[in-house]
Amino acid sequence: MVVNCDEVWREVSNYLEGDLSPELRQAIDQHVSGCKRCAAVLDGTRNVVKLYGDERMLDVPLGFSHRMQRRLEENLPGRAGSRRGFMGWMVAAAAAMIAVGSFEVARSASSGNSNLRSEHAQSATGVPPDMVVLVSSDGGADGRIFHRAGCTFIHDKDHVRTMVARNAMREGYTPCVRCLKQYLSTKRVLAVRDTKIPS
Amino acid sequence: MEEGTGVSGEVVHGFAVARGEMLEKTTSLEDSVHDEAALVRRVCAGEHDLFYELIRPYERRVYSAAFAILRNPSDAEDVAQEAALKAFKNIRQFRSESRFSTWLIQITVNEARMWRRKGRAHMIEPIVNQQDEEGNYTPRDFADWREIPSETLERNEIRHKLAEALASLGQIYREVFVLRDMQQLSIDETAKALGISTASVKTRLLRARLMLRDLLSPGLGGSWSSRLQFEKGVKPW
Repeated sequence: MVVNCDEVWREVSNYLEGDLSPELRQAIDQHVSGCKRCAAVLDGTRNVVKLYGDERMLDVPLGFSHRMQRRLEENLPGRAGSRRGFMGWMVAAAAAMIAVGSFEVARSASSGNSNLRSEHAQSATGVPPDMVVLVSSDGGADGRIFHRAGCTFIHDKDHVRTMVARNAMREGYTPCVRCLKQYLSTKRVLAVRDTKIPS
Repeated sequence: MEEGTGVSGEVVHGFAVARGEMLEKTTSLEDSVHDEAALVRRVCAGEHDLFYELIRPYERRVYSAAFAILRNPSDAEDVAQEAALKAFKNIRQFRSESRFSTWLIQITVNEARMWRRKGRAHMIEPIVNQQDEEGNYTPRDFADWREIPSETLERNEIRHKLAEALASLGQIYREVFVLRDMQQLSIDETAKALGISTASVKTRLLRARLMLRDLLSPGLGGSWSSRLQFEKGVKPW
């Protein structure tokens, strides 16, 4: 069997793969031994395959393995990253609950005295409007509370001033839960509470 | 140069392999396949932490397969990660008739092609356009090729030049060449991974090898080498 240059070039790859019949292989060997051009093609192609087949040619960017590992950790179920993801959801849920709670508190606070829930801030019922009461002149540590004269629970006795109960309530003062207990609207407040809780 | 037979029964690219070394490689491969099958079973059974151990030996190949298609390091890395995650999600579908590495590369190729179709790839058109696959390729350079020693690959600029030459091939040639000659898949595995016939693999492989030979040939000072920005046809080796 005799082959020409074209046939050699067509079979170079199969030659290197060993995918040739023994006859064709021998014919190519004979041709190449006497043909510098085909020898150059065969040697060069073999060299290309050898160079690119080197492990060093499979280069990856710096930090590739680390980033791959981290991506898997973050995405595979049961991995540490996935647990972090779960915690992330928990934190987000908690934050949402706090936000909703804050909104509710703010809404409650802005709804007026009829919804006061603290026993220290209950609206008064039946307080004699002309009764002289004591209030702290600057609101001070006592907050906006009015007292009977002689009440021992006035915190800032140096800055108290007097006014009638009608004016005190008009200015937003609420009765002291100690000295004006009989005037507190506890029952009404509880009634309001009872209507809200079941909902 | 004498041909040697590799573990898959194919000839190892024109280089002699000692028989003892061959047997050692065969045993090593069998061990690794056995370990791999065990790892796959354990991952399927819920030991998800072991999945990275399963893909770690192949992560460089996964990257290079993605890079062969996308030719962009950032896209290739994204696709490599996506392919790994996809392999995990579908690991129960892996059948041990094929090698795990082949299956993984196949997923990577599909993922990279999809990435490319979606237009997320930052593609740069190849310098050497895709040519008629049917026509014969005629070598352009016939200068004696003194062998380029593998030691030159220690030099970054040599690796860069080789990568540059590879990147300039049309995609269909680059894919085949990377899977067969760089990742050492068999012809059949390459065909399966790319979804083409073995005849197409052989045709494209021949052209890819010859084109690269011309691109890197020491005697060629013409237009191809100047496109590769080799200095006035002088090769870096």
